[in-house]
Amino acid sequence: MFKEKTKRQFVPWLYLLLPIGLLALFTYLPVINMFWYSTTEWDGFDPHKKFVGFHNYVKIVKNPEIFHSLFNSLYYFGGAVIQISLALFLATVLSYRFRGSNIFKGFLVFPYLLNSVAVSLAFLYLYKGGGGLDLLVKHLGLGRFLTLWLGNPHIVNFSLAGVSVWRYMGLNLVLFLGAIQSINPELFEAAQLDRANRWHQFRYIILPGIKRITALSVILAVSGSIGVFEIPYIMLNGSNGTTTFVIQTLKTAFVLNQVGLASALAVTLLGIVLVVTFVQRKIFKDEGVDLV
Amino acid sequence: MRKRLFAGVVSSVLATSFVTVGAITSATAAPAGICKQITVITNRTDIAPTTFTKVYGPAFTAGIGKGTTVKFEAFTNYNTDVRTMMNTKNYGDVLGIPQGVTPAQFSSFFSPLGKTSDLSKVYRFTNEGTYNGIQYGLSQTGNATGYVVNLKVWKAAGITTPPATPDEFIADLKKIKAAEPDVIPLYTNYATGWAPTGWTNMYAGYAQGPDSNNLLAKDKAPWTAGKDTFIGDDLLYRVAAAGLIEKDPTTTDWEGSKGMINKGQIATMMLSSWSVSQFQGAGPNPQDIGFYPLPVKDPKTGKFQSYIGGDVEQAINKNSKCQASAQAWLTYFMQQSGYAYSQGGISPYIKGPNGESYGIFDKLGVVYKSLNAAPAGHDSDLANVKKASGIPFDGTLEQNIIDTARGAKSGSEASIFADLNAKWGGAVG
Repeated sequence: MFKEKTKRQFVPWLYLLLPIGLLALFTYLPVINMFWYSTTEWDGFDPHKKFVGFHNYVKIVKNPEIFHSLFNSLYYFGGAVIQISLALFLATVLSYRFRGSNIFKGFLVFPYLLNSVAVSLAFLYLYKGGGGLDLLVKHLGLGRFLTLWLGNPHIVNFSLAGVSVWRYMGLNLVLFLGAIQSINPELFEAAQLDRANRWHQFRYIILPGIKRITALSVILAVSGSIGVFEIPYIMLNGSNGTTTFVIQTLKTAFVLNQVGLASALAVTLLGIVLVVTFVQRKIFKDEGVDLV
Repeated sequence: MRKRLFAGVVSSVLATSFVTVGAITSATAAPAGICKQITVITNRTDIAPTTFTKVYGPAFTAGIGKGTTVKFEAFTNYNTDVRTMMNTKNYGDVLGIPQGVTPAQFSSFFSPLGKTSDLSKVYRFTNEGTYNGIQYGLSQTGNATGYVVNLKVWKAAGITTPPATPDEFIADLKKIKAAEPDVIPLYTNYATGWAPTGWTNMYAGYAQGPDSNNLLAKDKAPWTAGKDTFIGDDLLYRVAAAGLIEKDPTTTDWEGSKGMINKGQIATMMLSSWSVSQFQGAGPNPQDIGFYPLPVKDPKTGKFQSYIGGDVEQAINKNSKCQASAQAWLTYFMQQSGYAYSQGGISPYIKGPNGESYGIFDKLGVVYKSLNAAPAGHDSDLANVKKASGIPFDGTLEQNIIDTARGAKSGSEASIFADLNAKWGGAVG
């Protein structure tokens, strides 16, 4: 049989065989394929894939219109800032035990557990002309602010970003709560003895204690807002100026049948996300946070 | 161009979304391509589990199928799903040709059915599904261009004859809006994406004649006044700009709209003949649903006109081991099933009966025409230009026009058309 040392080196890999195999098969292999497609003029089903080198990338660079859809990500990034602040506030409040705090936690996390198709359809009916939101606004006597929440091009992206905030705040909340609860409770006790008020506790104990999670949340928020897809796609199919980069890529592949160009767009998006993440890591590293 | 519309439209006719997922029939070896079971892939998710499985299948098995049974698989996202399946060899034995497959690609995927010159004596619409004189697909039914109206609503506004020009069309919609403020004069079904594509596709031939699509494949600026592609999109822009469409286009509801036009809450929808039977069946007033010819008369004869064209084309998978059985099914479906009649369509089988939606057309003396096939060697031209132009013909194009016209997007009619002409012109080369 194997020697003990060999075994120790070998066994972990045996356990990892399945997850790594799945990862390779369903993530890395398709990505490699995508790189290959991006150098062809393939339409998605033709048995022959014509090699065109970097022609697709040249097309993208020559047509800056393609990047316009990236601007829509800013709405979602703005939403994410609100979402993180709100989650941080609520997590801090909820970390102090009080009656019903667990129920509140449940309510706030619940939207994250719903699937995005259900969420999108529910909000479609809420935003619809004469729908739930209109009724609410009228009841509050704010009828003059009524608008087409999805039909008005100046409002629609805010409406959609709002859905995103509602849906994903639960995730941030759970992350923050976990982080706050892992802070040594003796620190709070000591702070109370020193007569530190709640703000001081937040500023000097909680905030430094959850730095890593905050940094992670920001990275997730940025890459998430670049890759927004489900909400604008399911609710409006990218119409009325809500197209994001991912929707555009999908349409290029399956509506225009230009899978080659679409793969090049996807590779470009991958590049953008990598660069942004790299820059963020540089920034956060200065504060002594090491992530990923 | 029209084929696109019909194919898109039919694949989206979703009364119930019932997607059958299962293994493709493995061909059990039998002499000369006869199998115990064949698989038919269809876009009719709504009637695959009912009419197809319970009526057509057994009738085929008992009749010319001689014992061969049929399994139906229906897909809601028909074009995308089936195109993906076509990367393998398993895409059923008989299937509808998905949109986006160019005629030059037919022979890589489908079995030849015979010479077009021979088949055109038996079937209509053989100008579609053909490449280099060989037929690869046969249209499952035929549709006529025109639009659906609620006759009661139009009558209440004092209109009893169909408008003959685009200007009259707009004037009539304005009359409806003035007389019945609660009625939506024209419902675009913007959110579906496919419904508004008719504005671009349906007018092919109306001004430029039956060679419209062949001219389009060579035209560097088709969005120019007087050309077919311009007529419909221009009309759409003007209707939307005049506020004659639904208030919030982004949240339209296709299933709901069927009942609304039946009950007289909607006056008009720019959809061709296939939709008539669905609107009639969607509420208590089937007699109120009428079908009008498009508001462009033949410039030469001054008569109303309607172009008839094919729907989704049925083809045989060339990798199928059941060629003979598949061929038999195709013959049954095209000649004996009565599918086209039941859909209120024009029978692709010349000897078969037509549907009953065309009463008004007969009274008006509407002249039926069909578009000419592409000249030999140019079958793929139009499809290739479409692909190369990068213009989103999935409805995004029309959604843009609506958004700009209602002031939700910057730009003007002229700027939209200039952009489209630049893209199309660039692809024509």
